[in-house]
Amino acid sequence: MKISENLSRREFMTRILDFAKKALIALPFVSGFGAVKAFTGGAFLKTAEAKELVAYDPSQHLYAMGVYIDRCIGCGMCARACKKENNVPQEPFYFRTWVERYQILKEDKTIVDSPNGGIDGFPETTNKADVLRSFFVPKLCNQCKNPPCVQVCPVGATYKTKDGVILIDDKYCIGCRYCIQACPYGARYLNPVTKTADKCTFCYHRVVKGMKPACVEVCPTQARVFGDLKSESSPMVRLERMNKIRVLKPDLNTEPKVYYVDLDGEVS
Amino acid sequence: MESLNERLMSALQQVSGYIYPNEIELHWSLLIVIYPFITGLVAGAFILASLEKVFNVKELTPTYRFALLTALSFLFVAPLPLLAHLGHPLRSYEIFFTPNLSSAMAAFGFVYAWYLMAVLLLEVWFEFRKDLILWAREERGLIKWIHRALALFSTDVSEEAVRFDEKAAKIITVIGIPSAFLLHGYVGFIFGSIKANPWWSSVLIPIVFLASAIVSGIALVLILYTIVTLLRSEKIDMKCLDRLVEFLFYAVIIDFSLEVLDFIHRLYQSEDSIKILSQMVCNKLFVSLVIMQVLLGTVLPAIFLVFFRYSRFPEELRRLAYFISALLIEMGIFCTRWNVVIGGQLFSKSFRGLTVFKVEITGFEGILMSLALLALPFIILFVVLKILPPWRISSLPVDKN
Ligand code: SF4
Ligand code: SF4
Repeated sequence: MKISENLSRREFMTRILDFAKKALIALPFVSGFGAVKAFTGGAFLKTAEAKELVAYDPSQHLYAMGVYIDRCIGCGMCARACKKENNVPQEPFYFRTWVERYQILKEDKTIVDSPNGGIDGFPETTNKADVLRSFFVPKLCNQCKNPPCVQVCPVGATYKTKDGVILIDDKYCIGCRYCIQACPYGARYLNPVTKTADKCTFCYHRVVKGMKPACVEVCPTQARVFGDLKSESSPMVRLERMNKIRVLKPDLNTEPKVYYVDLDGEVS
Repeated sequence: MESLNERLMSALQQVSGYIYPNEIELHWSLLIVIYPFITGLVAGAFILASLEKVFNVKELTPTYRFALLTALSFLFVAPLPLLAHLGHPLRSYEIFFTPNLSSAMAAFGFVYAWYLMAVLLLEVWFEFRKDLILWAREERGLIKWIHRALALFSTDVSEEAVRFDEKAAKIITVIGIPSAFLLHGYVGFIFGSIKANPWWSSVLIPIVFLASAIVSGIALVLILYTIVTLLRSEKIDMKCLDRLVEFLFYAVIIDFSLEVLDFIHRLYQSEDSIKILSQMVCNKLFVSLVIMQVLLGTVLPAIFLVFFRYSRFPEELRRLAYFISALLIEMGIFCTRWNVVIGGQLFSKSFRGLTVFKVEITGFEGILMSLALLALPFIILFVVLKILPPWRISSLPVDKN
């Protein structure tokens, strides 16, 4: 999805800021802390697993997810599996992924809902005869190429990996919630237990081992697909080649890496 | 005390339309309302003080030192609400050590430190140094030592040294004005730079913040000057008060015009968020924005100020009218902060629904904590005024060269 190959304004700013940052980090005392952080902050994985991963080179991958809207039946398995896999609190205010139902009525009205993130399914709320069309939209962090959450994090606890995933270092996050405000998609929440920001990581702990994210694994209709944009054989590349795709809120220039096939114009 | 879960559950019942499930919790609450309110008071009080120093507005001399000390007392408290609202306050030093320079918030530590150390403390020191030394000469006991220590044990009060102090204070003021603008304009930028939020995202926000900061600072000094002078059973300098009121009025007009401009611009552009924003203003923010901020906090006191400034009522009555107007204005500015911070979180970023904000009474982000934080600068000011009485003139002359 190379929307613009040119140096966008944001990239330009990032480069300037990057330069300024490097200049500042040159100060010995800052660099001392920077080095410690680079060393410990990156330690997302346990040491035992680390050995397994010596061969893993993040710069060789670029992960993305695709969603076939027409395949989603709103069963909520993905949202349930995600909570389990990632220790997301069970209360209905914290989600790494959730499913929305759109019902477009004949009288030019749209009803959107997502009771408990769709985990328990969707009870009928409208008279079928009034509905023009209806569909489900799974949502999650878009792992933006230009992530505003990374831009605003005051301490750099939210960062972008080389394989394109946005992660949060929960040993480092100060819990200021600025990133939650900056994410246009409502993808983040503050974990009430750790008091740090949290969101979807594409199940980073799984994908670096070559597994699929939990939600993709459990989806009974294969509405969700996952893959590596840098690998020709990945289902993502096929999805991109064969379909008309859309991303959410493209006007915000976040350049999401969750691609929706046959997404309705109503979705926001 | 209601637990977080109970609170969120009851909020969930009151959502109208659709909001993203993660949006039920309001992330920035009362403490973050107080934070820009207090920094605004600091910046405003300082800018008022600078008027006297840099632009030689002689009538304001009685409030010059007073405004400086007010700014200082409030500045001490300014970072506390921010700190208290963090999930991990003990990690906050990371903002200094490994700041992410693309983040507006990361600059806070530096802007704050610069303003406190390089501007306010220095200016207060140069302003009071001579007096500290002279006071210490005629004092005994603890207070003598406090004053000597505060003067950093300098003893030179020759005419030349005093002239240097004056010059230094003036230069610092000149640096201080843009710094004060930076301090509060920057707070506005924290909100204005959030593109995802149409209620905040606006280039005008930092400027509106600044203008309202100046309004709140002048009103605060007016209120405090009146109270403290009455408590000391001194006579209020009516010329000074009149002048303060004039500046306050200009500031209110500028601030209000900017806000109206912002409002008209939004209406005219009518972006996709306009529907949900107007719903929010008409329902959730009607009382705090239309009634408290605009009518009671701006229009009414502005009319009051002009009317009483140019009327021939007796001084007492005018003073009372000024005082009440300033109180109303201060309340209005608090509502401005509320409407920005809370308002920006009452609608969903899906633009399809509105949520509610329930203020807690107790708890870390509750009303009691907020009241304590708002009272703290006044307590600090009380102590500061005891140690550095701005009105005390030493009976000793400065040393002749
Ligand atoms: S969707 Fe939100 S949390 Fe995810 S990368 Fe984009 S801005 Fe950040
Ligand atoms: S909550 Fe944590 S991750 Fe988010 S901006 Fe603050 S420090 Fe960064």
